[in-house]
Amino acid sequence: MASPIAADPTPREFTDGSTAIVRGALAAGCTFFAGYPITPASSILMAMMREMPAAGGVAMQGEDEIASIGMCIGATMAGARAMTATSGPGISLYSESIGLAVMGEVPLVIVDVQRLGPSTGAATTTSQGDVQFVRWGTAGGFPIIALAPSSIPECYTLTMKAFDLAERFRCPVFLLTDKELAMTMRTVAADAYHDVPVRQRPVLSGERPGGAVPPYRYEPRDEVPPMQLYGDVAPVRFTGSTHDERAYITKKPATVEALNRHLVAKIDDHRDEIELAVADLEPGATTLFVSYGVTAGSMREAVAQARREGKKVSALTLHSLWPVPETALAAAAAGIERIVVAELNPGLYRREIERVLPGTAITGIERVDGRLVAPSEFLAELP
Amino acid sequence: MTDLVPLADPTLRTAADYPFCPGCGHGPVLDGLDKALVQLELGDHQVVIVSDIGCAGLSDQYFTTSAFHGLHGRSITYASGIKLARPDLDVVVIMGDGGTGIGGAHLLSAARRNIGITVLVLNNLNFGMTGGQHSATTPEGFLTATTPGGNLERPLDICATVGVNGAGYVYRGTSFDDDLAERIAAGIRYDGFAMLDVWDLCTAYLVRSNKFSRRAIDTTMEHLGFATGVLYENDRPEYAAAYRELSQGQHSALPPRPTAAAYPAPLDRRYHLVIAGSAGGRVRSAARLVGLAGMRAGLWAAQRDDFPVTVKSGHSVSELILGPDEIDYTGVERPDALVIVSDDGFEKAPPYLEAMDGDGVVFVAAGLPTPETAARVVVVDPSTAEVRIASASMALALMSYAVAELGIVPLAAFEEVAGAGAHGPKNMEIVTAGMALAG
Repeated sequence: MASPIAADPTPREFTDGSTAIVRGALAAGCTFFAGYPITPASSILMAMMREMPAAGGVAMQGEDEIASIGMCIGATMAGARAMTATSGPGISLYSESIGLAVMGEVPLVIVDVQRLGPSTGAATTTSQGDVQFVRWGTAGGFPIIALAPSSIPECYTLTMKAFDLAERFRCPVFLLTDKELAMTMRTVAADAYHDVPVRQRPVLSGERPGGAVPPYRYEPRDEVPPMQLYGDVAPVRFTGSTHDERAYITKKPATVEALNRHLVAKIDDHRDEIELAVADLEPGATTLFVSYGVTAGSMREAVAQARREGKKVSALTLHSLWPVPETALAAAAAGIERIVVAELNPGLYRREIERVLPGTAITGIERVDGRLVAPSEFLAELP
Repeated sequence: MTDLVPLADPTLRTAADYPFCPGCGHGPVLDGLDKALVQLELGDHQVVIVSDIGCAGLSDQYFTTSAFHGLHGRSITYASGIKLARPDLDVVVIMGDGGTGIGGAHLLSAARRNIGITVLVLNNLNFGMTGGQHSATTPEGFLTATTPGGNLERPLDICATVGVNGAGYVYRGTSFDDDLAERIAAGIRYDGFAMLDVWDLCTAYLVRSNKFSRRAIDTTMEHLGFATGVLYENDRPEYAAAYRELSQGQHSALPPRPTAAAYPAPLDRRYHLVIAGSAGGRVRSAARLVGLAGMRAGLWAAQRDDFPVTVKSGHSVSELILGPDEIDYTGVERPDALVIVSDDGFEKAPPYLEAMDGDGVVFVAAGLPTPETAARVVVVDPSTAEVRIASASMALALMSYAVAELGIVPLAAFEEVAGAGAHGPKNMEIVTAGMALAG
């Protein structure tokens, strides 16, 4: 039974997703973190409290979730690159502040380590129940970006990507993980972590008030204006109320229309820059598995096993949940007779697939009992 | 010929008139703030005015400084973030008594931290913008839109609350005070947390419904026993500066600690091992050692821990998977082996026992009931070990027994990882004893 010493010289480590997220944040240049203890996101808070002083940044344990995200927003306006982490109950408390970050065009990474809900639910039990909540969890219904890693190395890479998109679009970006991905230890090859470039937010410096360039701009509608930060040579204003281009409160319909259309267009018109999915398509397959997050890991094991058994199947791992990777979905669905969507909630994301691919036979594998979807459950769906 | 234009008095006010009601005290307080900023010779770009919500929340628009206008009651959180990121800036919060009430936890925390922001409370004892409802500072008996029979709540003593909780500079006064600008300047000049509770008149509501007046402010304060003037001066380090000082010389604990394979892999398929014991019984660390030992043999491992929200009571279950390939699914449906360490673990065992078949093996500590299962049951009696095994070491002892019997990781690798680190010698005593029991 024994095999020789592995020839593969790649060193490996025993680690978890929380550690990968913290590493990804530091690699992305995060300089500010604030969070409030909550299982299963506390390991990120603790690691950030430990690491930030060494990294020359600041980490705070806020007096509550509202304070934590508030500090992140204030710090960002003063030039920091900020992240916060919580779980579903904390996202509820973030709700109003998420809207503030949307309205004030504040780059911010929000990690949601999902646990089973509703309410207190089960703190140490995994879930993917927040996929619609993060999309619609603040008033107004404006676009949100949310990424979902499905492995520990992806926790690292997509954290970096979340920072990149937050900086690029001046908006809050969610990183959706879950208890299983964040806290279960796994062997990871040291070379499995891939860096992605993280763009710096454009910053306009040295402008005096009354100068040509206001800190906010709504035309061209989809364009993201450079940030002007506190403490530069000129004062800059910020407001969560409907505002003109110098952040003075206004209710003038034309200005409000331009502002709100801009908040939509800067993301919606650039979906191609944001949509992310990994396709594993097999010619001749008539079934397409679609999943995301920790459940996509089960899906990949199922696909490997199916193929070992000579069965054809295609699979799509969604990395951006918002915006929905519609292009990748449409491409993956070509020639497919049946789509199986697996998730740890009562079918919350399946409705997006149904919306994008009407007329296709779509079934769901859904678990709300705290257990993972097993590869055998995928395999049972194959003809 | 050139007209001589006299230099305007220096100001950080815009040209716009305040939007407040006639007789409202907010304007004079903001004038005091302007004088203070000028007196301190601060440039518009060095000051961030963070305004809360309500009438006080309108204030920032009448200054030429940087400004942040956010959510109700949360102004102190933004101000704290700004100060932490840029300690060189002067950050002034302008909030009302409404924001003070809803954001009480932030006020208290900022005081406890002694973070270097200045909080100006424009305290008009009611909600002026939303219709004259009672606030956290409305005096008892006062008539408001929401206390038609008189207020039953005791008003919050903001000064005492922040003062006894570490605020560096605490002042109470009124919008009529002659020296208000000096007091505000003193607050801003103070390095740490400064709070000025400035009472003023809400002519739209409170004045009308309660015959409230400048004189009534004084008598109300007197009746409540609320002193005026500089009430607290605490000499404490400012938080943002103290944080930076403490950060010096801190080192990262994050660099990867990769393990290279050094032993032959004893498994050519996935193996599922579950250990069920008590929280505080080092169940997770016992499982972790097996995982690390497997990795020393080139195996891939996954360890999923389950425990209640309590820390040192209740169960602790670790599911360990070892295998020759990367593990993308971390669930365990049918364990190959189950180690039951304690009563708490035994209670969690039934689903595993039920799933196991004749190929499985259950190691159970002596003294626990006999598990009902199709798997082979091995009773391990640590009391017969050559050393005394404390309850906190039972998990490691039983795990060592199991590892010795199952051969799922090289024993030398297990001994190597167990013997490493500060707990190594103590661990090795247990490991050796546990393995010896297996014969």
